[in-house]
Amino acid sequence: MDEITKLVRDYVIREYLEEGDEREITETTPLISGGIVDSFSMVSLKRFLEKKCNIQISDACATPDAFDTVQKIVGLVHKFQKAQPVAV
Amino acid sequence: MSNSAVCEELTAKSYAELTANFDWSTAERELGYQPGQAINIGWMCSDRICHLGMADKVALYWEDFQGNHQQFTFDDLRVLSNTVAQFVCDLGIQPGERVCLFMDRVPELYIGFLGILKTGAVAQPLFSAFGDESLLVRLQNANTSAILTQKKHLHKVRKIREQLPNLRHIIVVDAGDSALQAREVSFDMKRAPRVEAFAVYPTLAESPSVLHYTSGTTGQPKGAQHVHYSIISQYLTSKWVLDLQPDDIYWCNADPGWVTGTSYGIIGPWSNGTTQVVLDSGFNAERWYEFIAKHRVTVWYSAPTAIRLLMKEGTEVVRRHDHSSLRHLASVGEPLNAEAVIWSQEAFGKMFHDTFWQTETGCIVITNFPGMPIKPGSMGRPFPGITAAVLNIKTYEPITEPGIAGLIALRPGWPSQVRGYWNNEAGFKAKFKNGWYLCGDRASIDSDGYYWFMGRDDDVINTGGHLVGPFEIESALLEHPAVYESAAVAKPDPVNMEVVKAFVTLKRGYEPSDDLELEIMNHIRKRLSPLAMPQAIEFVDSLPKTRSGKIVRRVLRCKEFNEPVGDLSTIMDD
Repeated sequence: MDEITKLVRDYVIREYLEEGDEREITETTPLISGGIVDSFSMVSLKRFLEKKCNIQISDACATPDAFDTVQKIVGLVHKFQKAQPVAV
Repeated sequence: MSNSAVCEELTAKSYAELTANFDWSTAERELGYQPGQAINIGWMCSDRICHLGMADKVALYWEDFQGNHQQFTFDDLRVLSNTVAQFVCDLGIQPGERVCLFMDRVPELYIGFLGILKTGAVAQPLFSAFGDESLLVRLQNANTSAILTQKKHLHKVRKIREQLPNLRHIIVVDAGDSALQAREVSFDMKRAPRVEAFAVYPTLAESPSVLHYTSGTTGQPKGAQHVHYSIISQYLTSKWVLDLQPDDIYWCNADPGWVTGTSYGIIGPWSNGTTQVVLDSGFNAERWYEFIAKHRVTVWYSAPTAIRLLMKEGTEVVRRHDHSSLRHLASVGEPLNAEAVIWSQEAFGKMFHDTFWQTETGCIVITNFPGMPIKPGSMGRPFPGITAAVLNIKTYEPITEPGIAGLIALRPGWPSQVRGYWNNEAGFKAKFKNGWYLCGDRASIDSDGYYWFMGRDDDVINTGGHLVGPFEIESALLEHPAVYESAAVAKPDPVNMEVVKAFVTLKRGYEPSDDLELEIMNHIRKRLSPLAMPQAIEFVDSLPKTRSGKIVRRVLRCKEFNEPVGDLSTIMDD
């Protein structure tokens, strides 16, 4: 598991899983459609990624589908890191 | 009168004629209710439909994101709601006591709602994404006696139950083998002995039925108290506005934690004997379109925020699925912008019909009827039997000139009108001026009688179709150790219409930072709900205040909306 995948997965488990919720979060677990992260909470996840990965994710790309799994989120981060090459 | 006949009539007859000849007794007759008799929503939506010969008709097709599914006929609704009712009665819950439903959109929520009403108790549905603070405030205010919940939400109830001495029973619908604690009891609806016959409590028209909480500018959320007679409005508006017909497959996106989810996600469709489908899942365009195609949904009642999220995903995904079953589309929660109406015509070949109402009205009050020409962006016209107006902001007299903005107001007296705020008579009285009920929204009326929404008339934030009160957010912000003072206001948003923005001054020793911003956002999300979480936080040195020290949110809100701030003479110079 690469560094960003671990970062995202750990954050989701820490911040969005309810206390006592022992669901396993894999790279392909549906987050938005699975009801773990709702579309409002997506904003705090986006803010976290922007801060930790030093990127700016455009609103047009911040769709529920783009945030639906850890895998998709990591793909999005990589895309914006390439667009704005900065040190993590 | 058949439903299609109603639509033909709406198209053929003049709106004025239909309105002039309207009488709510139409619904009373169709529901077989005579004034003075017992009327119980739980019975009306289940036993009555079975007596009409529809016992074997599917009432609910439920599915979750993983594809697990369950199906219930109207006879299942009857028997299982009896089973819930018997269980609640056996616990000693008395008519009039408040029983909260705090669950995701699982079958137990829908059927439990009917069961509670059958006992004469008051159903208090609460959104399952509420944090412990939001839950506590509402249960304390209602002095709730019992709560039905799921294992996954039990930790929130456990966190606050010591502060709720009158909460006698915590009923867990999926406890399985989990260890339960004091006051907790397991109830498995499907495995419990089926109760074929239950003596439904003979509630009367004015008996309390549902307690829904809604937010105001000041103070904590208010419990809007509805009565069993509300079904008269909910039945007829479902039939005439949502155009529910006998063979329809109906999908309402709303969660029964909010009023749309009970008025039009339970009472409206089932009192009409309509089959409804429920998808217990978060938002996913592909999944939603699959769901519509799979179940051949004919009538879809959604919300502008959902429609705008679908717009964002594009039309290509729409084209991958067969939506030819869709016959009628409607929307509620906030004004439906013209672009969304036009997009739905392109995407589905049908326009969404905007409907306007709120927790306190209990039913749709201003609307675009099927068959009526839609003016994209307009709220439509008042439902027959509803006397509406826009009032002059100072005199509270109706404005007769077209295009002039005023306060949306309704003449009291329709069946599903809120009967009061729980333990808050003063707050309820304040909603009436000059013999009118004030909705708290501003609009204008054009020369054809169509209403055009202009915005809220107070500091309440309408985000994604849900009202969020600034006071509740500010109170929770102050619980964060870094926050000294705060103001929560609406900020315009292209998807949710408005989102929460917080202006925060920090205590000595704290400095603004991205980390702190994120920490405060998550603090509110967990304490209150994702809806209440500020989507933006601005750290400021001071907040605008009156000379008496009251924070003036108006100044901050106007800046967010690029509107003139107006009179600043009472604002203190800092």
